[in-house]
Amino acid sequence: MSSQVIASTTSRARVLTEAEISEIEHEKTLYPDNQAVGLEALKIVQNHQGWVSDESLLAIAEYLELSVADLEGVATFFNLIYRQPVGKNVILYCDSVSCWICRGDDIKDHLSEKLDIDYGQTTADNEFTLIPVPCLGDCNNAPVMMVGQDLHRNLTKNGIDEIIDQYRNKNA
Amino acid sequence: MSRPPLDIGAYEANDGYQSLHKIAARMSAADVMETIKSSGLKGRGGAGFPTGLKWSFVPQGESSPQQKYLVVNADEMEPGTFKDRLLMEGDPHLLLEGMIISAYAIGASKAYIFLRGEYHGSVKTLKKAIAEAYQKGYLGSNILGTGYDLDIILHTSAGRYICGEETALLNALEGKRANPRAKPPFPQVSGLWGKPTIVNNVETLCNLPGIITYGIDWYQGLGKGADAGTKMFGVSGRVKNPGVWEMPLGVTIRELLEDKAGGMQDGLGLKAFLPGGGSTDFMLPEHLDLALDYDEISQKGGSRLATGTMIVLDDQTCPVGMIGNLMKFFAHESCGFCTPCRDGLPWVDAIFRDFEAGRGSEKDLDILKEQVEYMGPGRTFCALAPGATAPLGSGLKYFEDDFKEHIKQKRCTYKD
Repeated sequence: MSSQVIASTTSRARVLTEAEISEIEHEKTLYPDNQAVGLEALKIVQNHQGWVSDESLLAIAEYLELSVADLEGVATFFNLIYRQPVGKNVILYCDSVSCWICRGDDIKDHLSEKLDIDYGQTTADNEFTLIPVPCLGDCNNAPVMMVGQDLHRNLTKNGIDEIIDQYRNKNA
Repeated sequence: MSRPPLDIGAYEANDGYQSLHKIAARMSAADVMETIKSSGLKGRGGAGFPTGLKWSFVPQGESSPQQKYLVVNADEMEPGTFKDRLLMEGDPHLLLEGMIISAYAIGASKAYIFLRGEYHGSVKTLKKAIAEAYQKGYLGSNILGTGYDLDIILHTSAGRYICGEETALLNALEGKRANPRAKPPFPQVSGLWGKPTIVNNVETLCNLPGIITYGIDWYQGLGKGADAGTKMFGVSGRVKNPGVWEMPLGVTIRELLEDKAGGMQDGLGLKAFLPGGGSTDFMLPEHLDLALDYDEISQKGGSRLATGTMIVLDDQTCPVGMIGNLMKFFAHESCGFCTPCRDGLPWVDAIFRDFEAGRGSEKDLDILKEQVEYMGPGRTFCALAPGATAPLGSGLKYFEDDFKEHIKQKRCTYKD
């Protein structure tokens, strides 16, 4: 198969790792066609690489024999697939109604100030990316946010400083 | 969660999986379907459609497609809704047992759990529970010697609220953009990969084991009013003790808000509340003595019971701001497929931003009222935009003074 090229770039497919391929092959046993596996493969690659680059997207499309445009359409539809690089820790900050009522906005402003980033941005040291998320299903502990896979509840300005410092120290 | 999830031993010691032994001994798929139909169970995902009736639309018999699917809607993302996560992380085997009952009744040999991508805790509890259920012979081939086979596959979502709409969910599961599908055909006839498919909510499925194990009379006796059974009810917002509780359908709103949630925090008054998530109409303090059941909330409260998770608005939080928060959410989550939703919601969102910035006008109020009509039921491809018009339309009606005050004073009057 010839290497596909995304029209707007000169990107070439990268080589998928053995681990990625073995996980994609496992997904193939769970779904009847490759289109369904495509979305799973995007998640797998993101899990290994942190995000889905053009080169990764092309590699998946080639490996599963999917249309690049279709796969790109899928990748850009879903908010948990990152088509831009993200920091080491992705912060999903709940901007939904129960957290808002519990003054989550004020705490988000404080967090933005502390990290010097707004939604959609990554800190200069590449430690944190801040993304808004609808309702994390923990509304009795509002305001809440998720850092990586960890849920942090009943957020306060002081508390959030400590949380951020913990991740900084963990990564140091 | 304050305690570790029940493992299969603890679950079985509390009558867990008893329904399957009962089914294996003497119940056909048709018997199970009939029992659930007679029980009066209504879907707990939001729409409140009778579960047994939904199942009965799945074509059966030799001429029907042999591959059928059960899909669990575990994509909990309705703003202010936090009940399914509690069930999956607190009692994962209850969901699995319910899934096995549902899949058996409709003749599905494969079931997918479509789980919210952010629910990492639920992934852990469900994975462990599924492995245990296979080990005990409740899943796999020839379950309890019945000759019935079932595999359960845990699928995590890649995001987007629209996936909670069942046909959009099926598209996402097929690896497509999650736009809703045209209906008919309904998923019961042509769903996942074109095969007959039932999509049931987590909480709905969690009702099934009790109905089969203890019987219809027991189940119906649990409800206090017109509806059968119990429901997970939640309260969030600035109350003393926010949380989620399983209570009989038919208890009053006051019992939930005051006895369970402890009433408002000190110094705050109750202004209004959304009874069942972000897509329901506001209700007022005068409605507190209505019963939490499906008909009473819609007929006397002008709203919907929906997810049963109440969002409380206190008297020191701006209702215009609260509705604006919801409109921003709905505008962002529109899948972009149909015009009233794709164009209407961002317009509404922009108007609320204007109100927030002190630039709201009387003309804007007229546009908002028009949009309630244009995006209402029957005008759009799915229920997302009509859902948004519920807090918007009721809010314009109940909080007119607040909107007018924003216009007059050219600022949000709830801010210093």
